[in-house]
Amino acid sequence: MLRYLARKLFIYLLTFIVAVTIDWAIPRFMPGNPVDALVSRIALMPDANAALTSYFMAAFNLDQPLWQQYLNFWWALLNGDLGRSIMLFPTPVTTLIGRALPYTLGLLLPSILLSWYVGNVVGALAARRKLLDNSVLPLGYLLTATPYMWLGILLAWVLGSTLGWFPLAFGYDQSVKAEWSWLFFGSLVYHWVLPFASLFMVALGGWAIGMRNMIIYELESDYANYLMALGAPHRLVRKYAFRNAMLPQITGLALQLGAVVGGALVTEIVFSYPGLGWLVLSGIQNQDYFVIQGVFLFIIVGVLLANLIVDVVYVIVDPRTRVGLQGDAA
Amino acid sequence: MLAVSDLKIHYRTLAGAVKALDGVSFSVADGEIMGLAGESGCGKSTLGKALIRLEERMQYVGGQVTLDDKVLPIADDKAMNPYRFSEVSIVPQYAMSALNPTRRIGRMIDELLEARGLKGATLRPELERRLAILGLTPDVLGMYPIELSGGMKQRVVMVLSTLLDPSLLIADEVTSALDVASQKKVAGALVEFRDRGYVKSMIVVTHDLAILAQVADSIMIMYAGKLAEKAPTRTIVDAPAHPYTRLLLGSLPEVGIRFEEKRLPGIKGRPPSLLSPPTGCRFRDRCPLAFDKCAEEPPFIEIAPDHQVACWKADTHAQG
Repeated sequence: MLRYLARKLFIYLLTFIVAVTIDWAIPRFMPGNPVDALVSRIALMPDANAALTSYFMAAFNLDQPLWQQYLNFWWALLNGDLGRSIMLFPTPVTTLIGRALPYTLGLLLPSILLSWYVGNVVGALAARRKLLDNSVLPLGYLLTATPYMWLGILLAWVLGSTLGWFPLAFGYDQSVKAEWSWLFFGSLVYHWVLPFASLFMVALGGWAIGMRNMIIYELESDYANYLMALGAPHRLVRKYAFRNAMLPQITGLALQLGAVVGGALVTEIVFSYPGLGWLVLSGIQNQDYFVIQGVFLFIIVGVLLANLIVDVVYVIVDPRTRVGLQGDAA
Repeated sequence: MLAVSDLKIHYRTLAGAVKALDGVSFSVADGEIMGLAGESGCGKSTLGKALIRLEERMQYVGGQVTLDDKVLPIADDKAMNPYRFSEVSIVPQYAMSALNPTRRIGRMIDELLEARGLKGATLRPELERRLAILGLTPDVLGMYPIELSGGMKQRVVMVLSTLLDPSLLIADEVTSALDVASQKKVAGALVEFRDRGYVKSMIVVTHDLAILAQVADSIMIMYAGKLAEKAPTRTIVDAPAHPYTRLLLGSLPEVGIRFEEKRLPGIKGRPPSLLSPPTGCRFRDRCPLAFDKCAEEPPFIEIAPDHQVACWKADTHAQG
């Protein structure tokens, strides 16, 4: 068990290093230069521009050779320093991320967990009821094939623009002061509904279909047949089938995390929702190396951590993996 | 004592009803181990399953099954439940995968017993005793199925299926997936469980006549959804009356014969489709003895005590 965990951790560490390296490299491969953009915004005399450019290049250490920048990056990272934003100079990137993170987590966690749970329950029910199955299956396929941002735009158009039930943009009403009050909290929830709904619905379809198929497979399996031949009530057989059908769904959760995070980023952009997706978009538009790096770093760490948790949970819930680890199959 | 009369089970398919069991009548006495043999698709497994649980695509068409003077409601899945496990039980063909892979075996058995309104704890000593008879330690109850070998799983399933001392046990191809040594052990266990009174009577479904010769008191041969012959094992082996039984026995290899020199005869042709079976004797097309009368269906009649055959020529050549 410990050896298994150690091996897993090693693989995760390798993945982390590779992912962080790519994360560092990608913004630097983009054409253009962040300092130019910054300086042109300040827009002084032409000769002052040159001085400012070289000053900022030195300040951000962008005048150093690439390998030196790479090492600097790792050194700062290990010290918990993600650099300072260029577009919102001199705010530290950690502050920006800290501001955006609650919005993204507030969207992601409920939509991932709820869609997984509800999808599994709906799928399990559909596996046993013809009527429900005939409606859940096509709807599920439709939902799961829908791109996140397209559903987001559709919801914004129908429920936001046409019917006017929900706001179209931002994390809360701009006329409400951001403080600990019911008014502010209500506004937060109100603005949260549409982006959450679009993430939730797309993910829901896939889970429901997966669970339905797994349950049907499990109910036709040999152990289910044997139990029913011995007169076991359907309740017991269904309980076993549900539990065993959950196992691939747990793995599926780990595999889906990355896709859902990506979906959350574009959904935030659709709704101008002030989370990480919106932050990374403005980072890209302003060529803000440090913001892009920082946000992606957070996503990398988040997805890796979630996968690690799923790995550990899987070992706990499926005895077969445990037996394999001990290597003592009789 | 089991009595089956005129049992008809069809499979629903898109092409129509496949008449897998087309009017089958026989009885199994208390203490009798009856072997049920025939080639693939003859309906032997369907018969075994029909006595305990009809699959969804299996359709009850007619007939009656009586066990210990009670009529089994085999067509009614719910009403049949109280009889399952306690009166009729099965060791399935797929015994290797019959246990829930994610439950410890002991816990699964307890949950099954409790779901049937019994107490797992009170039956535990008997369970462990019976496992010991088959050479398994109580440790297996704390293990997951994956930790056991195929033969061990098979034995666990045998013990579980017979735990409530059923009146009738259906053993469906229990030896098919095992090596010869394990086959012998399982066959021995079947006889032992009968001798100890754990099971009153038994139907051993198999295509392996050699195993039946070891364990069965009587053998019933099926062909194309109908019964061909039923007789005590010795009679089937030494003096089979139905031409199909003879050809079936003739297709078995014998010790001491080199088959490089003498080819095994086999039976030419194939069994008829059960979607629209031919009238008359169904073995007619492959039968070397077929004559005009075979266009009429032969009745399944007793030609000697305990010896029933469905063949017009049975009594004339029975002892030949």
